[in-house]
Amino acid sequence: MTQMTVNDAIGRALAEEMRRDSRVIMFGEGVATKRQDLLKEFGAERIRNTPLAEGVIAGTAVGAAAMGLRPVIDMLFAPFLCYAMDEIVNSAGKLRYVSGGQFSFPMVVMAMTGGGWGVGAQHNHNLEAWFAHAPGLKVVMPSTADDFRGLLKSSIRDDNPVMFFTDMTLGYTPGEVSEADGAIPLGQAAIRRAGKDLTIVSYSKAVHACVAAAQQLEGMNVAAEVIDLRTIKPLDEATLLASVRKTGRLLVVTEASGLCGVAAEVAALAAEKAFGALKAPVARLTGPDAPTPSSHALEQAYLPTAEGIAAAAKKLVSAGG
Amino acid sequence: MTTNDAELLEAMMLTRAFEEQNRALQAAGKAPGTCASVGQEAAAVGVIKALGKDDLILTNHRSAGHLLARGAEPGRVLAEIMGRSSGYCKGKSGSLHISAKELGVVLTSTIVGGELSMAPGVALALSMQKSRAIVACVFGDGAACEGSFHESLNLAAVWNLPILYVCENNQWQAYVHRRETMLTEKIAARAAAYGIKGITVDGNDVQAVHAAAREAAAEVRATKKPILLETYTYRTWGHYEPDDQSYVDSKELTEWRERDPIEYLKGRLLARREIETREIEAIETRVKQRIADALAFASESPFPSAAELATDVYA
Repeated sequence: MTQMTVNDAIGRALAEEMRRDSRVIMFGEGVATKRQDLLKEFGAERIRNTPLAEGVIAGTAVGAAAMGLRPVIDMLFAPFLCYAMDEIVNSAGKLRYVSGGQFSFPMVVMAMTGGGWGVGAQHNHNLEAWFAHAPGLKVVMPSTADDFRGLLKSSIRDDNPVMFFTDMTLGYTPGEVSEADGAIPLGQAAIRRAGKDLTIVSYSKAVHACVAAAQQLEGMNVAAEVIDLRTIKPLDEATLLASVRKTGRLLVVTEASGLCGVAAEVAALAAEKAFGALKAPVARLTGPDAPTPSSHALEQAYLPTAEGIAAAAKKLVSAGG
Repeated sequence: MTTNDAELLEAMMLTRAFEEQNRALQAAGKAPGTCASVGQEAAAVGVIKALGKDDLILTNHRSAGHLLARGAEPGRVLAEIMGRSSGYCKGKSGSLHISAKELGVVLTSTIVGGELSMAPGVALALSMQKSRAIVACVFGDGAACEGSFHESLNLAAVWNLPILYVCENNQWQAYVHRRETMLTEKIAARAAAYGIKGITVDGNDVQAVHAAAREAAAEVRATKKPILLETYTYRTWGHYEPDDQSYVDSKELTEWRERDPIEYLKGRLLARREIETREIEAIETRVKQRIADALAFASESPFPSAAELATDVYA
């Protein structure tokens, strides 16, 4: 195991996959400028800067993927994906189906999301639910350095278009990264902490607040099980439902706003498939239906905190039988 | 008469007959409407017949001429339009986004301009494979108003990608005349803004289109630089069947119908004694038979089973 930041773990995954497979290429605004190590090792044909033109960056990835390359594109900040929605949703997501399976689109779309940097509404927006709603796409949103490396490797190897979101605050968070190949399959949640009293489900940066909350809850004699989804789509229903059936209580925590979001999906899943095990109504703790503020004070006010999660968990445990 | 001219004529006549069959099926309630390419047969056939067998094609929703000129089976295209499982895309495309990998028709977009954004990626793959093939990306004047047009040409120029951009300027953007949406008369003029060559050719003269496309394709192949070729033509049917074209200036429509690309070529070949009437009649008979066979094939093909609803979504 080696200590490294999430950003370094991403760089390592990219280098390892480009070494492993000559079809892997990467392009985006400033990719060749900022990833000099990759440019040096793999050359200007495989690591490319592009104009500021998100639509054609994504469209080029679609065309290249259809032809058997495995492009990884860096779209910088998630709201910029709005410029590339047609290429990602209508082309990458739908053309496999529309073509009757003649073409596959093995491509990875990377983008940064998450509060904590004060970059404001047009640079920060947690959009994962939009893409989970689009057929043909997969959505990955890790929380630890090892997961970033392992899940990015699997995303690059996957034959489908994968949305890979990096919380920009997590980018500088160090963690242990394994020495081995380390690819982690998509669609497998991780149980960050085992517990019997309630299940707390989250992903990305919010997982760390959930784990901190679970530690606080321990002092209050509440044993919380914390599940890190890691992959929004495919969703690991089995791990999720097994935990809910065990604890009988579910709290879903997301930084993204709640309306029609991932928390709603997880809550519905529990209601549909584990209703009999529930001892209390499912609870959600999500961001507001508001654009992301830039002011640090306001930004902190919408992020899920360990204290807020612990309080919601306590309420949930006292509510049911 | 050269074999080539007869081939061009037959491909255009096949496309026209195919579109007429589609319209009849729609009117009879046996198939959904299509975006026809009637009036544009010379533009489609002239360009597609100028490509090499390894060259790749990206096209749009008005694609019947491109597919048939490339050698697609009329029966399988018709089956696709009629939603049958024997269609090129198993009935999942319909008329609007038919692709046929075996014919090098990679991806067809009905999102106007979608084909433009995908073209650089297809060309990049060819370039990295050290292929001699080029990409022909066919779009309309409507797409030339999309941001993707500008993004695509700029990127292809900067990256030296072998793309023959073909703008079929048919004067209509769905139900809006081109003159309402752009002040420039020729779209080829825009090529200069990206540092590449732009050419406009009479899109109703298949021989002129064919010659220009051959020359442009050869230049793209040799230089690895994109070229914008504009075929100046006219969509003589409506946007989507059925369409009574009540919004169309009848004088303009009449003028263009008098320049019908099929009649134009027939007239020229007959006048120069490069073809005889009986040869044209023989082509007509062949085309009629092929369309009848296509209709029989498509009509007898089964619909996909409901189990196909959610297949082919993920690899």
